[in-house]
Amino acid sequence: MSEKQDVTFTVNGDKRTIRVEPRRSLADALREDCGLTGTHLGCEHGVCGACTVLVDDQPVRSCLMFAVQADGARVRTVEGLAAGGKLHPLQQAFWDHHGLQCGFCTPGFLMLAAGILERDPNIAEPELREALSANLCRCTGYQNILKSVLAAAFEMRR
Amino acid sequence: MRWVGRPLPRYEDPVLLQGHGRYSADLAQGARFLRFVRSPIARGRILTVNAPPETPMITAAALGDVKPICPRLDRPDCVAVAQPILASERVIYVGEPIAAVISDTAADAEDLAERVTVEINPETPVVTLDQALAPSAPLVHEAAAQNTLIDARFETAGVVVAFTSADQVVEFTFTSGRQAAMPLEARGAVAAFDTASGRVTLSASTQMPHLLRTGIADALGIAESELRVIAPEVGGGFGQKMALIPEYVAAVWAARHFACTVAWIEDRLENLTASFHARDQRLHLRGAFDADGRLLAIDADILCNVGAYSNFPATCGVEPLMALADMPGPYQLTEYRARARAIATNTCPMAPYRGVSRPVITAAMERLMDCAAARLGLDALEIRRRNLTAEFPHTSVTGVVHDPGSYREAMEAAAQVIDIAQFRTRQQTARSEGCWLGLGMSVFAERTGPGTPAFAARRMVMTPGFERVELVIDPSGFLEARIGSSPHGQGLKTTLAQLVADETGIAPRDIRVVAGDTDRTPYGWGTFASRSLVIAGGACKLAGTKLRERLQAVASQVLEAAASDIEINDGRAFVRGTDLSIEVRQLARAAYHQSHRFPAIAETGLSAVATYDPYGTFSNACHIAIVAADGATGQVTIERFVIVEDAGQLINPMIVEGQIHGGVAQGIANALYERVVYDDAGNPLTGSLSDYLVPTMAEIPKLEIQHLVTPTDASVTGAKGVGEGGTIGAPAAVLNAVSDALAPFGVGIFEMPITPQRVLHLLREAERKAQ
Amino acid sequence: MKPVSFRYFAPRSVDEAIDLLAEHGEEGKILAGGQSLVPAMNFRLARPASLIDINRIDALDYVREDGGQLRIGALARHARFETPVARGVLAAFLPRVARHIGHLPIRCRGTFCGSIAHADPASEWCLVATTLNAELAIMSRRGRRNVRPNEYFAGALTTTLQPDELLAEIRLGLLDDSWRTGFAEFSRRAGDYALAMAAAVLRLEDGRIVDARLGVGGAADRPSRIAAAEALLTGSDGGPDIVREAGNIAAEAIEPLEDIHASTVYRRDLVRAMVRRALNQALTR
Repeated sequence: MSEKQDVTFTVNGDKRTIRVEPRRSLADALREDCGLTGTHLGCEHGVCGACTVLVDDQPVRSCLMFAVQADGARVRTVEGLAAGGKLHPLQQAFWDHHGLQCGFCTPGFLMLAAGILERDPNIAEPELREALSANLCRCTGYQNILKSVLAAAFEMRR
Repeated sequence: MRWVGRPLPRYEDPVLLQGHGRYSADLAQGARFLRFVRSPIARGRILTVNAPPETPMITAAALGDVKPICPRLDRPDCVAVAQPILASERVIYVGEPIAAVISDTAADAEDLAERVTVEINPETPVVTLDQALAPSAPLVHEAAAQNTLIDARFETAGVVVAFTSADQVVEFTFTSGRQAAMPLEARGAVAAFDTASGRVTLSASTQMPHLLRTGIADALGIAESELRVIAPEVGGGFGQKMALIPEYVAAVWAARHFACTVAWIEDRLENLTASFHARDQRLHLRGAFDADGRLLAIDADILCNVGAYSNFPATCGVEPLMALADMPGPYQLTEYRARARAIATNTCPMAPYRGVSRPVITAAMERLMDCAAARLGLDALEIRRRNLTAEFPHTSVTGVVHDPGSYREAMEAAAQVIDIAQFRTRQQTARSEGCWLGLGMSVFAERTGPGTPAFAARRMVMTPGFERVELVIDPSGFLEARIGSSPHGQGLKTTLAQLVADETGIAPRDIRVVAGDTDRTPYGWGTFASRSLVIAGGACKLAGTKLRERLQAVASQVLEAAASDIEINDGRAFVRGTDLSIEVRQLARAAYHQSHRFPAIAETGLSAVATYDPYGTFSNACHIAIVAADGATGQVTIERFVIVEDAGQLINPMIVEGQIHGGVAQGIANALYERVVYDDAGNPLTGSLSDYLVPTMAEIPKLEIQHLVTPTDASVTGAKGVGEGGTIGAPAAVLNAVSDALAPFGVGIFEMPITPQRVLHLLREAERKAQ
Repeated sequence: MKPVSFRYFAPRSVDEAIDLLAEHGEEGKILAGGQSLVPAMNFRLARPASLIDINRIDALDYVREDGGQLRIGALARHARFETPVARGVLAAFLPRVARHIGHLPIRCRGTFCGSIAHADPASEWCLVATTLNAELAIMSRRGRRNVRPNEYFAGALTTTLQPDELLAEIRLGLLDDSWRTGFAEFSRRAGDYALAMAAAVLRLEDGRIVDARLGVGGAADRPSRIAAAEALLTGSDGGPDIVREAGNIAAEAIEPLEDIHASTVYRRDLVRAMVRRALNQALTR
């Protein structure tokens, strides 16, 4: 085992310092050292996207980043999406349009979609479909995920 | 106010959307982590298992008299085999657990597991059906001659005559690649030992908490009351999580042995290679048709590669016996011969996967219909019109009773939506430009909500089927519905609340459905076989009626009116034709705290229990796909996909459509993408999601859905199940469409998945033959 | 699926990084985007004892034009190439290629130079570097050297980069508007590794091809230029027969890989199709 290191970063606006082995993934650090279990692990090899979070506003696979690499970074997870007791437009749209079933992929999709819409609020449907193909869902056949993100994008532009 | 039929947003969602849902792995804080040492060899004799001194290792010897998993069928044509919790003498598939180590973190446990050395004397494995059936094949289990675990037969008297008198006999072999259910959350469990009570609470990613408790208690030889099983949030199951597995037995054993909390969180490599697979099937099908295209007889040889062991409780009979019984589907047929075998191999065991056999047999039957139509110069609609059943109840040649459905109507409706005539014109034009478009359909029956009679007919020793529901109104007037079913994404907590609301007059927001906890819910079988809405929903309706009568009795006393004049709606009891009313919560308060006033409910209070055990009900649907095949790469793209579905009374149409969406996506995956691959030595080659190709949003087209509603009295709510239909029907439609696209080359598709490489290979072969 | 333990270093300068490489290179690895290395570590297929994380070396994070070249620093991430980064035809060409690399979250982390260092046969950038005959700038405590792709790629995941060396920069020659480009890729799913791909870079004068660079990737253990096809194209009008024949030549020229997704025969078929598509794309504009 190699020595643990301090990592100081901002998670959903809160400054935190954790002490982790270098091999600790950002996903595991969020889940186990920060207690934020909304970020899920579906494959741990960067394909399923369930662990997607925003690091310095970029959507990334948190299973492919070590926590030590996030030192000084600003991390956002699904737990930080809702503000002031109000669901984020993406969360509301997923609820309204049945964009989730078992809910396991949902946090990853929400953070991916948040990252996509922050980069391009006016993204067209074909490009959105392409961008959302980054993550896997096994329940919804993606129909209502696309519908939800389109609805949220519309809402967020208003 | 009627709640049934409304697209009510789900009560499950707010928690999940905010990342507050608790899945098994989320409960592992503070646990010690279990890691299994698995066989790297498909078949061999274990010589030694060694670990450095002081390694906390569990082996078969440590487990002592823990019993193996040994599912049984009450049939003479079936051989029962026992699966050890940890292998000690032999290993018979790659991934089989041999030992387990335990450490404080998952990473450390993985380090420890690497330090365990296992010496195995390898033997030649049998991997494929052909290898397993070869005359001198090595035996996976000594007790199973010819590696045959089940050899079931069925034959009517006139099969031979029917084939002799047939105008056309269509014959082919249809193969289905092995697939994995691939729930996005892999399996996993946390077993927590409680020093005070001596009990273990197992939170497991399961579809069947009660059965899991039974199975583990039996294996450990303890009373069921020693164990509480909780299904927390479960990230998809699709059948893979409806089996007892050695890992859970070992976890509970370890929690008891070390008196601590033990977590086993399966990783994706384990899930893809060593959990369960499905659909590794080969059918040889012969169909006899008369000159008018009427199906006279079917002769089917059904082979299922079921891997190394049988699963509990469904058994390895689930695929072959389902195929045997349901092969004729919705078609009228009087002569039928079938042989269905479960063949053991040195591969990962098989478990039910959404659709169970029917995606394969439906694809084969629908290919048969299209092939016969082509021979006879009929179109795809016409041959089906001549063979689909239209009289109900329809008893199939195997004795399966189909309640009323809309097989022909669904087909005609789907054909209209997609406009076949217009497509044929477009197809002609496209062909002249070297662009290969095709249209394919499937018409099928989805057996849903099978009760104990259905499973007894399969001669299962354990016959799933009934569901029990307890409805209890608490003193504050809220209603708790405790169910034995165990939903995991199906939105059942919302749909059942809608059903209970309509029966009791209590609004869904005041109803809490409790599921997935053996301490809190009545014994039930869990969620699988498109059963929960039908059976648990039926039980909810029956219990709801009783509870409403009890509320009416209390209200009649308080409001001084006849019980028959009391109407309850949106949490309020009214006296019909007057302005007298009272809130249900006041009635509840009175019923508990002034019970002496209500002798009529002295026995039950404001609660009701009901059990429902139906025969089962059949949903039906027609799927039509339009595809484009690229002659240069073999790539198949789905342009349109239409579904006309009849699931009876829709409780929540939004949720029904969600089920269809997900089912069809898995069916498309089965048809075009997913395949578990082994090498000749029995090593799985698809251990990552880069190699096991689960489709993304870019591969799944827009799905167009229409509903038909055929009333049925086979389900007390009028609702039919809809969990599996999408998966059952989609492969057939896609394969027929690809075959239609490639018809100019004389290429037909008799395999799934049909990959671009195979498409191109078949085209090249056809070209060679033509020359 | 947790990696084995390793020592972690996060140098702030290139000098510091190459010093660390000199010290730990044999059993160490550079960590840039990590989108290939970390999955391999999670599967415990890669087990470096030390990771030298270059993500904090700001001096390596650049893409700039300089003296007729596009200079790409070791920290330039794929996503940066989704929008034009250079003048001339590379402006449109690089984004067209970049969109095929994995998915957005992968492109937000993975780097151009990291792809070249990893040398996956299915890497789009490896194909681009080969087709455009990029210059690869390599540094170590022993000094600096520049190599070309043909002397760099040595096989699948194998290069001539030494353990103590850092691939610090890639230089692509800029192409003016007399050039045309095409890129075609075949993968099973959106974002999957290519089973075959082709890049065509042609210079036309008066309707004739006067210079042709045709690269094929994904199909063999390393990307390659198809010299015989380039010779056929050069001087031709790029008509349908020429394009068809160029595809045939490329399909026969490669030594295809075989795996569970594609046989050697199928890979040749795909190369034939991708070469034709890339050429047609370059020729019809």
